Amino acid sequence: MKLSRLGYLIKSGFTGIFSHGLMSFATVTITMACLIIMGSFGLLVVNINEMIASLEEENEVVCFIDESLTEEEARAVEPLIEAVANVSGADFVTREEAMSDFQDDYDPALFESLDPSVFRHRYIIHLTDISLMESTKAALEDVDGVAKVNAHLDYAEAFVTVRNVVSIVSLALIVILLVVSLFIMNNTIKLATFTRREEIAIMRMVGASNGFIRCPFIIEGLVLGLIGSLLAFGIEWALYSLLINEVVGGVAAALISLLPFSAVMWPLLIAFTGIGVIVGVVGGSSAIRNYLKV
Amino acid sequence: MVQMNSVKMVYDSSGTEALHGVDLDIHDGEFVFLVGPSGSGKTTIIKLLTGEVHASSGEITVNGFDMMRIKQRKLPFLRRTLGVIFQDFRLIDKMTVYDNVAFAMRVVGASNSEIRERVPYVLELVGLKGREKRYPRELSGGEQQRVAIARALVNSPRMIIADEPTGNLDPVRSLELMLLLEKINELGTTLLVVTHEKELVNAFSKRVVAIQDGKIISDGMDGYFSYEIE
Repeated sequence: MKLSRLGYLIKSGFTGIFSHGLMSFATVTITMACLIIMGSFGLLVVNINEMIASLEEENEVVCFIDESLTEEEARAVEPLIEAVANVSGADFVTREEAMSDFQDDYDPALFESLDPSVFRHRYIIHLTDISLMESTKAALEDVDGVAKVNAHLDYAEAFVTVRNVVSIVSLALIVILLVVSLFIMNNTIKLATFTRREEIAIMRMVGASNGFIRCPFIIEGLVLGLIGSLLAFGIEWALYSLLINEVVGGVAAALISLLPFSAVMWPLLIAFTGIGVIVGVVGGSSAIRNYLKV
Repeated sequence: MVQMNSVKMVYDSSGTEALHGVDLDIHDGEFVFLVGPSGSGKTTIIKLLTGEVHASSGEITVNGFDMMRIKQRKLPFLRRTLGVIFQDFRLIDKMTVYDNVAFAMRVVGASNSEIRERVPYVLELVGLKGREKRYPRELSGGEQQRVAIARALVNSPRMIIADEPTGNLDPVRSLELMLLLEKINELGTTLLVVTHEKELVNAFSKRVVAIQDGKIISDGMDGYFSYEIE
C-alpha cells in the first residue's frame, strides 16, 4: 500500500473520532470501565489462586507419629506417607526441632524447662491439590505409625469455595462486559458510518474496494479501544498499588498476601490492549458491514 | 460497451416487474439518450449497469464484465470503468471542489502526484478553473453538476452514465451541460444520458432509445418524435 493512501486512511480514522467526540468519549469511558471491572476480578482470581498455592506449600497438614516409635522408626514411615495419593512431599521434623520451633514462636523464658518428650516426631505434608485435603487426611490417618493428622480443613475449604465462586462470577462478568463493550463500540462506529454515509456511497460508486471503505472505521475502533485499554491499565495500576499499600500497612497483612504489581503488570497490559483491540476491530467491522452490501 | 439481451427484472421485495425483456447494445464511443416516463424502467437499467441490482434473467455485459455472474468483490473494478452522474449531484458538502474530485481518485488508490496532475486538468475541462477552493454550497446548480461530471471523469472511465443530469437546472444551464457531455463524448468516452426532457434531446441529433413499461419501444437517430409521453 502506498504511503499516501495509508496516511489518508489513518487520517480519516482520526477525523471520525473527533467528528462525534462525545460518542467517542463515551466509548472510551465504557471500554475503560468494563476493562477495569474485568481486570479487578481477574486480579482477584489471580491473587486467590496465589494464596491457595502458598497455602498448599505452607505447613498446613501435620502428621504426628506415635510417641512409642523411636526417631529411626519414625523416619521409616516416610515412604509410606509419601505413597499416599495427593502427597507431593513430606518433611520429617524431630521432637527436638518441634520444641525449638515452639519456643521460637512463644516467649522462650516461659517454656525454658520444657522437655522434648512432650512433643511427637512429625511430618510436614505438602499437598498437590488442597481441595482434596479431607480424603488425604483420612488416608494419612490409616498409615501405620501415624497417631494423628492435623489439617485446617475448613480454612482450605473456604479458600477453595471462594476461589470457585469468584472464578465463576468473574468469568460471567467478563463475558457480559465484553458484550457490552462490543455493543457500545459497534454503536459508535455505526454513528460514524451514518454521518459519513454519503461519502461511503460515493466511494462505492467510484469503485473503492470494500477494504478501503472499511479501513477508516476499523482504525477508529482500534484507536478508541486502545485509548480505553491504556487508560484502564493506568487506573488499574493506581488502584492496585493503593490496595497493596492498605494491606501491607494494615491489620490484614497477616491474613492476606498480595502479589506485587510488577508480577501482574505485563499479563494485565497484554490482556487489556488485546481486549481493547479486539473490541475495536470487531465492533468497527461489524458496524460497517451493512454499508458494504451491493 | 453495453450488451443487454432479453433482460427481465422483477424486484423481489415488491414483486414489481420493472423490465420485460430488454435488448440494448451500446458501442464504445456512442452517445445515447435513454428516454421514457417515470416508472418506465430507466433507473432500473442504470442500476443493472452499475451492479446495484441483479437482473432476474437474461444476459448483461458491461465493459467486459458479465453482470449476471460478477462476484461481489469484483464490483469495485467494474465501477472504476464507469462514471455516474446524478440529478442531485451528490457532492460531499464539507469538501472543496478540488477535494470532491481528488477524493474519487484517492479512494481508488491514486498517488498524490497523479492527483495533483489530473484534477486541475479535469476541472479546466469542465470549466471550473478558479473554483477549486470553493465549497459546493457556494456554487450554482450548473457548477455543482460540473463538479460531479469532473468527479465522474477523473478516473478516465470508459463510459459515463448520467441519470437526469439536468433535472435540477434551468434550460440554458441544461443546454450548456449537455454540450459539455457532448464534448466529453467527442474525447472518446461513451455516454448514456437518461432524461425525459424532449427539447433537450431534440436539440442534438443523437441516438435515442425510448422505453415504456419496461420495454424498449423505439431506438434510432430520429430524436424524440417517435416517442410520445403521456
